[in-house]
Amino acid sequence: MIEISGFTALYIFMLSAFTGYEVISRVPVILHTPMMSGSNFIHGIVLVGAIVVMGGAESGLEQAIGFIAVALAAGNAVGGYVATVRMLEMFNPKDKKGEA
Amino acid sequence: MDIFIQVVYFLVAVLFILGLKKMSSPVTATGGIVWAGIGMVAASLVAFFEPGVFEYTSNVVLIVIAIVVGSGVAYITAKKVQMTDMPQMIAIYNGMGGGAAAAIAAVELVKMSSGHNAGGAHELSTTAQVLAVIGALIGAVSFSGSAIAFAKLQGIMKKTFRLPMHMVLNLGLFALTLVAGAIIAFDSNPSIQLVLIFFVMALAFGVLFTTPIGGADMPVVISLFNAFTGLAVAFEGFVLGNAAMIIAGTVVGSAGTLLTQLMAKAMNRPISNILFASFGSDGGDAAEEDIEGSMKEIQGVDAAIMMAYAEKVIIVPGYGMAVAQAQHKVSELTKLLEARGVKVMFAIHPVAGRMPGHMNVLLAEAGIDYDKILDLDEVNPEFPTADVALVIGANDVVNPVARSNPDSPIYGMPILDADMAKNCIVIKRGKGSGFSGIENHLFYADNTRMLYGDGQKAVGELISGIKEL
Repeated sequence: MIEISGFTALYIFMLSAFTGYEVISRVPVILHTPMMSGSNFIHGIVLVGAIVVMGGAESGLEQAIGFIAVALAAGNAVGGYVATVRMLEMFNPKDKKGEA
Repeated sequence: MDIFIQVVYFLVAVLFILGLKKMSSPVTATGGIVWAGIGMVAASLVAFFEPGVFEYTSNVVLIVIAIVVGSGVAYITAKKVQMTDMPQMIAIYNGMGGGAAAAIAAVELVKMSSGHNAGGAHELSTTAQVLAVIGALIGAVSFSGSAIAFAKLQGIMKKTFRLPMHMVLNLGLFALTLVAGAIIAFDSNPSIQLVLIFFVMALAFGVLFTTPIGGADMPVVISLFNAFTGLAVAFEGFVLGNAAMIIAGTVVGSAGTLLTQLMAKAMNRPISNILFASFGSDGGDAAEEDIEGSMKEIQGVDAAIMMAYAEKVIIVPGYGMAVAQAQHKVSELTKLLEARGVKVMFAIHPVAGRMPGHMNVLLAEAGIDYDKILDLDEVNPEFPTADVALVIGANDVVNPVARSNPDSPIYGMPILDADMAKNCIVIKRGKGSGFSGIENHLFYADNTRMLYGDGQKAVGELISGIKEL
């Protein structure tokens, strides 16, 4: 783990916020739902945090909560991914023929 | 090893941002999600090599079991769900992420209260502790709120539920939660009971916050919770010193906020109004008196003739089409009409259905080209020259009172001008009013004919009617 000091974090925060705003501001309306699902998938990165926290769990209670954290995070990531891919396939006529 | 981990996280952050960028165009979108997916797998694998994770083998075994359980359930549900039910699934997966972020904070706080943290891998600074608590609050609200949103859209919870003095009660609860949070955040050895109370209150607040909001406003709420979860993840990322989590969480947080604003703007209502005015459950009283005319019924055969001999037909789909799974029939109807030389286009209101773009996804599923699908601004000038506007299961988004009656709760909302078409055919299940409970004046207009029935059945009648000609 690297130490991230308060101000570095603040800069990361600010730049990421602008990035997110810029990236999504050019999305056509037809992609809003897949986009929401896609960004939903991306915060599935919480899985990384859940794994780290669960790995360091020392009491039974910590393990129990950690277990919940990992399971929920994995659900977020996998569910978000599958849902997004399924929606985006609808926009791709070639994939569709393959499926049918 | 540490450098290796950091390099991977860095690349993951790049993949996520590029992936999101690619997702913003229909042509590259599928590639975008794959890039982000590769990033996610890499990040998850590398997380096992973070210092301390392999300290206890039992924990690693539990992690693997939890991943298998969580992803297994999510995989199966996401594969099986109907396209029409996608919005509530997004809500529930998003809620899971919020819950995970809250649980991460819970583990950290439990560690502190039991003193395990002392001399451990990461003693929390006050800043980190404050952010952990804020992230926990936001994550917990997103978790329980998304669960309610899911229940509402899934039809498990049909009514909006409101306690006496709901607003006051909710604000009080929120204030208490903040107080508890503040005590925990500035205590280096917080009591475990207080931590528990804090989480219970935060979860309860999420529930009370969401229950009074009508189903029609759910897309805005889901989008807001999506942004919430992003922020919660970013805060917990700071607590764990994980830059990938901070970047990904913040990007989602700001993107989700923008999306929420866009949606609220499409409804022409400030976000605060959507969240706190409890519109959608009791907005009907104002406009009911002064309706002129009556609803005039039409048979499927007559409606079919009207459309078959039209030059230009605009189809306005709404949530009713999604519920009836009528999109494939609509696609068939479109092909039939086009074979007869009728120009067909689709008018999509920004908040049609339960999500922006929900209708587009369904129509795309049914094989309709997306260049035939037009936005509000593009399509409204087309209505006055259209021979038939076919409204399938849409209601509030074509209600002309939004233009004419300043007393109506939806006054000022941009609508699709279906009433401007020469003829308007409305497919509707029954005579009741729409999701918002507001009477629709379009249904009573002189040029409107009502075709009663389930969306799929009614469009089927149109198809067989046209085939018989």
